[in-house]
Amino acid sequence: METLVYKRPESLLKNGRFTFCPGCGHGVVLRIIAELIDEYNLKNDTIAISSVGCSIFLEKFFDLDVAGASHGRSPCVATGIKRCKPEKFVFTYQGDGDAATIGFNETIHTACRGEHITTIMINNTNFGMTGGQASATTLVGQVTTTTPEGRKAELTGYPLHAAEIVAKCDGTAYSARVAITDSKNIMQAKKAIRKAFEAQIKGLGFGFVEVLATCPTNWHMTPSEAVQHITDVTEKVHCIGVYKDITEQEKL
Amino acid sequence: MAKVLVKGNEAIAKAAIKAGCQCYFGYPITPQSEIGEYMGAHMPELGRNFVTAESELASINMVIGAGVTGTKAMTSSSSCGIALMQEAISAMCCAQVPGVIVSVMRGGPGLGNIAPAQGDYFQAVKGGGNGDYKTIVLSPSTVQEAIDLTYRAFHLALKYRNPVMLLADGILGQMMEPAEFGEYPYKDPDVSEWALDGANNRPARNIVSLHMPDGELEQLSNQLFEKYEKAAKEETTYEGFMLDDAKLVLTAFGTVGRIAKAAVIRARKKGMKVGLFRPITLFPFPDKQLHEAAKKADMILDLELNHGQMLLDVRSAVFGACPVEFYGRCAGGLLTPDTILEKVEKLYSELDSKKEAGVK
Repeated sequence: METLVYKRPESLLKNGRFTFCPGCGHGVVLRIIAELIDEYNLKNDTIAISSVGCSIFLEKFFDLDVAGASHGRSPCVATGIKRCKPEKFVFTYQGDGDAATIGFNETIHTACRGEHITTIMINNTNFGMTGGQASATTLVGQVTTTTPEGRKAELTGYPLHAAEIVAKCDGTAYSARVAITDSKNIMQAKKAIRKAFEAQIKGLGFGFVEVLATCPTNWHMTPSEAVQHITDVTEKVHCIGVYKDITEQEKL
Repeated sequence: MAKVLVKGNEAIAKAAIKAGCQCYFGYPITPQSEIGEYMGAHMPELGRNFVTAESELASINMVIGAGVTGTKAMTSSSSCGIALMQEAISAMCCAQVPGVIVSVMRGGPGLGNIAPAQGDYFQAVKGGGNGDYKTIVLSPSTVQEAIDLTYRAFHLALKYRNPVMLLADGILGQMMEPAEFGEYPYKDPDVSEWALDGANNRPARNIVSLHMPDGELEQLSNQLFEKYEKAAKEETTYEGFMLDDAKLVLTAFGTVGRIAKAAVIRARKKGMKVGLFRPITLFPFPDKQLHEAAKKADMILDLELNHGQMLLDVRSAVFGACPVEFYGRCAGGLLTPDTILEKVEKLYSELDSKKEAGVK
C-alpha cells in the first residue's frame, strides 16, 4: 500500500528550485509558509512582499503575487497593500539585515500601528547575500567579514533582540522567536508561524516570527555544525520563546 | 461649481480627494503640513486611508504598496523630505508603480529654511535617485492650476505607471486665492491587467525592481525610455504669453511664472515686445516649442528662485538660437514684477543698441 509522505505545497512554483547555499535555513521556512498558505486556502488571496538580501527572490519560489520592496521597507509596502486590500493575506519575508537593521524603525512602527500583516524575519545574525558582514543581531564575539576578530561590545555594542522588542508594541498580536534546528523545533516554528498568520486572519494585529536560521557559508561551518551552533551558542543569546500571544482572543 | 477662496496646500489635498485618491501617507514638514492636516481630517470620514508614517521613507513606500494594487495614492513633503524619498522614486520607475508625490519646495541646501524657493528643480526633474529614470513633473503657477494639475497627476501616474510629482513652492502652498474645483475630467486606464490582488484564476504576478538575468535590465530600461518618449509626445504642455512678436522671451516655472507674467504686462505697457514661455510639464520639458520661440526672439531671460537649474534645460532647448541670460534669487529671496522689469529694461535697451550698431 502506498502512503503519501511528501506533497509539494501548491503555493510553491512547480518548477521553482531554491537557490540557497547548502544547509541554509531559508528553504525550510519558505516551505513552512507555503504549507500554511495551502492549509488556510490563501493561495489566491495572498500578496507576499520580498525584501533585500537572500530573502529577495520570492517570485522565483512562490506561486503567489509578489511585490518587491527596497531595503528595510517591506512593512511599509505591506501596509500600503493591506490598507487597500484588507481582505487579502499580506506577509513580508525579511532577514535580520533588513527587518532588524536598516528597517527596524519600520518594523517597530508597523507593530505599533497594529497593521494586520505578518512578518517572518530570518535571523542568521549576518548579512548573508553580501558575504557575511555583521548586522544588528550579530552576537558578541561572532566573527564576520566586518568583525574579523569577533564583534566587540565596546566598539559596536550588543545584538538587537527583535522578537522581544516587537512584543512590547501594543499593536502586536503575536511575537515569537523559533529555531529550525530539528524536527521538533521545525514543528514549533510552524506552530508559531501559524499563530502569526492567525493574528492577521482574525484581525487582531501585527504578527511577527523571528526564525533563527543557519548560514553555513558565512559562518564557515558545515551544515550540521551550523545547526549545532544555533543550539549551543545562538539560542543562548537570542532565546527561543513566545513573547506575546493574544491569538486566542476573538476579534473585538 | 462656484469659485471658493482656498489655500494652495488645502486645494491640492481637496483636489486629490476629488481625483479619487484612496490613500494619503505622509510625514509633516513645513511649508506643506496643511496637506496632511486636511487629509487627516477628511480621508477617514470618507472611508479612505490616512496614515502618518514614521518617516518620508515609510510614506513613499506605503504609496508603493497602494500603487502595486492599482490604487490611487499620494504623499506630500518638502525639499529634505523629498530627498529621503529618492530611493523609492527610482524603484517606482523601475517597477512601474504609479503614485503621486507633492513637493512644496522650501529653501535649501540642508535643512535650509522654510521660505519659498525653487532649488529642487534638479531633485524633481533630474532625479536624486539611482539609475536611468524619469519622473513626470508638473509645475503649477496658481492655486487653480494646482487643482487641475493634481487631477492630471493622478491620471498620468496610472496612464504611464510611473511616479508623478507636483512641484509647487512655499508661496503657492501658503497663498489663498479664488479657485474652482471642477469634476475629475479623466478616464483612467484599467489596472486589472497588472495590479496585484492575489493570483486568483490567473498566473501569479510580481512587481519588483531587481532584474539580475543578463540583458533583462537593459531591455526594461529601453522600454522605460520608449514610454518616456511617448509621454514627451503626448503630455508636454506649456503656457505661451505674448510670444508672437516677442523680442525678449522670459522663461520661468511655477510661482515665478505668474510674477514674470505681471512683468510682461508692464513691459508691454511701456512698448517693449516681451513675452513669457512657462513650461507646465518640467518633464517632459517643452524643448521643441521653446526652441521655436527662441528662433523668433533676440534673447531669452530665464528667471528662477535658485542659481539656475531649469536654465540648463532652457539652454539645451534653445541650442544657440539666441542668447540666454539668467536672473535669479534663492533661499527666500524673491523676484518681483519690479525687479524683473528693471532687468528686462536693461536687457531690452542693450538689444536695441546692438540692433542699431548692426550686431545680430
